[in-house]
Amino acid sequence: MRITGIGSSLPELTVINDELTSFLDTSDEWIRSRTGIQERRILSGETIEALAFAAAEQALADADLTSKDIDYILCCNTYSAWMTPGLGCIVGSMLGISVPSLDINGACAGFIYALEVAQALVSSDAYKRILIVCAESPSHMVNWTDRATCVLFGDAAAAVVVDGAGKDLDFVLGNAPGVDFLYAHNPVGNSPYYQNATQPNGVQMNGQEVYRFAVSTATRDLSTLMEVQGLTAEAIDYFLIHQANLRIVEAVRARFKQPKDKFPTNIERYGNTLSASIPLLMQELKTRGELERGQTLAMSAFGAGLTAGTCVMEW
Amino acid sequence: MTFEKVAQILADYKEIDVAEIKPESSFEELALDSLDIVEIVMSLEDEFGVTMEMSPDLKKVSDVVALIDEK
Repeated sequence: MRITGIGSSLPELTVINDELTSFLDTSDEWIRSRTGIQERRILSGETIEALAFAAAEQALADADLTSKDIDYILCCNTYSAWMTPGLGCIVGSMLGISVPSLDINGACAGFIYALEVAQALVSSDAYKRILIVCAESPSHMVNWTDRATCVLFGDAAAAVVVDGAGKDLDFVLGNAPGVDFLYAHNPVGNSPYYQNATQPNGVQMNGQEVYRFAVSTATRDLSTLMEVQGLTAEAIDYFLIHQANLRIVEAVRARFKQPKDKFPTNIERYGNTLSASIPLLMQELKTRGELERGQTLAMSAFGAGLTAGTCVMEW
Repeated sequence: MTFEKVAQILADYKEIDVAEIKPESSFEELALDSLDIVEIVMSLEDEFGVTMEMSPDLKKVSDVVALIDEK
């Protein structure tokens, strides 16, 4: 499978750390030192489906295709403004196509999960070109009075088009125990029969356990795949690590003893954009002319579940 | 024995003289935040071959030494 086009779309509004101090007991220094984040994009006038559509259109143009060339839509979305239809269906409708569409909630590892599903679909020969859209609006998931969580995330959409050419990607996917380490409840509506207690509002996170899971799992699974492919860390051109926290990226980099330019980042500018973070990194490399066909990319993402998805691919 | 190894790991992590680490040294005094403590616990797990639970009660060096000695 190969990626033939990448697109992205970000909200207009940039919120720098200092702005958050106007209503949160926090500081730019605290946020930067703990996470590396300086600013993030937040939905204001836009909708998540508008971002998703724009990213999809850009990916199609980059692939020199139109929406009519797509056979299937996979949409990674952890929380949408829509309970139903799935965000992928809405994107398909906006693209003017009627193709199968599947929403995936793999949390921050969603893009890697979607790549594996896409590879299975194109390998079956039933589908030729898959559009993967990662559209995330964590600003609608967090409790904006909780300084421990609301500062961490940013909204974004990214999309890729894939087809069945090129080498197979290798994957390690997993789901480890740890529901309580990172979760967010949905509202349950106003059923007069439901008797359970009200759940806390917004994303709840045990930062230490999530950090430990992320660093250990990414290191282990990247090592496993490198061994499968007979590669050393030196042979990997880029490590695209999910942008949850700059210190996680640095911790993984230290374990592989690789230079910084092989571990690109965008968390400084966008915060944690969930499943969109890795395709955003990919597009930035491509736009800067730093991505060449034949290069080896190793990707690892981790999130609520606790999900983990790692893959090695030839670009 | 345990304390000496823990102190060395802390000293290496903070790039300070190991003589500055005492059993009663708190992580706050050593300017270690919550994620630093996880990194150190992960190093200690590798060094001692144990699994250690994160806990808000891990506040000073002797807390960590005691937890390792329990294993």
